[in-house]
Amino acid sequence: MRITDIGSFFLFMVNCVLVNNFIFSRFLGCCPFLGVSSKVQTATGMGLAVTFVMGLASFFTYFVNLLLVALGLEYLQTIAFILVIAALVQFVEMFMKKSMPSLYSALGIYLPLITTNCAVLAVTLLNVENSYNLFESVCNGVFGALGFMLAIVLMAGIRERLETSDIPKAFKGFPSSLITAGLMSIAFMGFQGMVK
Amino acid sequence: MSINWLQVVFALLALGALGAVFGFVLDVAEKKFAVEQDERVAQVRAACAGANCGACGYPGCDGFAEAVVKGEAPVNGCSAGGAKTAQAIAEIMGGDAGVTEPKVARVICQGECGVAKERYNYDGYHSCQMAAQMVGGPKMCSYSCVGLGDCADVCKFDAIRIENGIAVIDPDRCTACGMCEKTCPRHAIRLMPRDASVIVRCQNSDTGRIAREACMKACIACKRCEKTCQYDAIHVENGFAKIDTDKCTRCGECAKNCPCSCITVEGAASEVA
Repeated sequence: MRITDIGSFFLFMVNCVLVNNFIFSRFLGCCPFLGVSSKVQTATGMGLAVTFVMGLASFFTYFVNLLLVALGLEYLQTIAFILVIAALVQFVEMFMKKSMPSLYSALGIYLPLITTNCAVLAVTLLNVENSYNLFESVCNGVFGALGFMLAIVLMAGIRERLETSDIPKAFKGFPSSLITAGLMSIAFMGFQGMVK
Repeated sequence: MSINWLQVVFALLALGALGAVFGFVLDVAEKKFAVEQDERVAQVRAACAGANCGACGYPGCDGFAEAVVKGEAPVNGCSAGGAKTAQAIAEIMGGDAGVTEPKVARVICQGECGVAKERYNYDGYHSCQMAAQMVGGPKMCSYSCVGLGDCADVCKFDAIRIENGIAVIDPDRCTACGMCEKTCPRHAIRLMPRDASVIVRCQNSDTGRIAREACMKACIACKRCEKTCQYDAIHVENGFAKIDTDKCTRCGECAKNCPCSCITVEGAASEVA
């Protein structure tokens, strides 16, 4: 999948957001997906934070990868990318603490956990694996994260409704959330094969 | 196979340089985005009991300290710390601690082995919560202490132990943090004023005969205590006796007259703070 013209750009977008959705198709980033999806507002905040980190991570890792290739150190990709992501998350955390304290406290422990969010590391490694150029890498990161955001916001909406509905006691809380996640994953399976 | 040392140096330099660059950027960012934190937060945090028990309703002692400084949480909100902590926090915040009624957790059940009849021999996972869901629990009385020690597990102060099939609380160690009260699936542990020494130790609301069949020390709602009490402090409601601690004079007459000995008087002088 390459971006050559405007048509392929949209196809690329659909591919990242719906077809290869990080959560429902690749099963990456499930921890914040379940952890921060109890309120739509915080879920949106989390989605935006992840979008920001993923976009920037894709951008920076592209150059880091160039550096590593030039030095013949491709095998250091994973550890170098983790370093980039960790630094970015730290930066986002400082930035949020200063400018969005309410979102900062709402995200709590999940914000630093973006560091170890497998979806973020996955997007950087996938960029390299698919030998995307800079633009494609950033698109992959941003759209992939938007897919993540779509999933987590949808989930939060459903969970807000579940909170007030009359369901058997044994299913209250996480069981119903996990069942919901499964059903949503089945729904997203419908997109498989849409983009060749 | 020989090691290419140049590669190793390259790898070290590359990662080291990356780390150094990020470190520098983060250091600059840290200064630029510095948030001045109220120094009182750290002081309040230090004054708290520090058990991170969550009894105050905030996520840990840090959350509580922040809320106190913001003015959201009361200065006497740390129940585990008690009056001393409240005083210390009040001094930091420059206010009055207010009156905190010292409390203690009490087990509202005397259904020991041999006293309470067993429904079946429970041999499952060691958890009250689990056992209580199995056909009404291992004891005949479905209001009783299950006796598998969920409360003892959550107690951060080592104040609860299981003796003879029932939870026993050491009032000297209890800080009234309320974790046991929240954990007990039967609500058989309650926080009560520390000086309320006369306690009805049963909450079985079944009718007399059924209650008696389940446990020798069950309240059968005979109302003898109600008639004995001269101060109108004890009343039978919903099938078991309840004491109004404000009216109760701790005379202990009800306990003497209870045919099922389900009212007890905590005698130790040290308990009455």
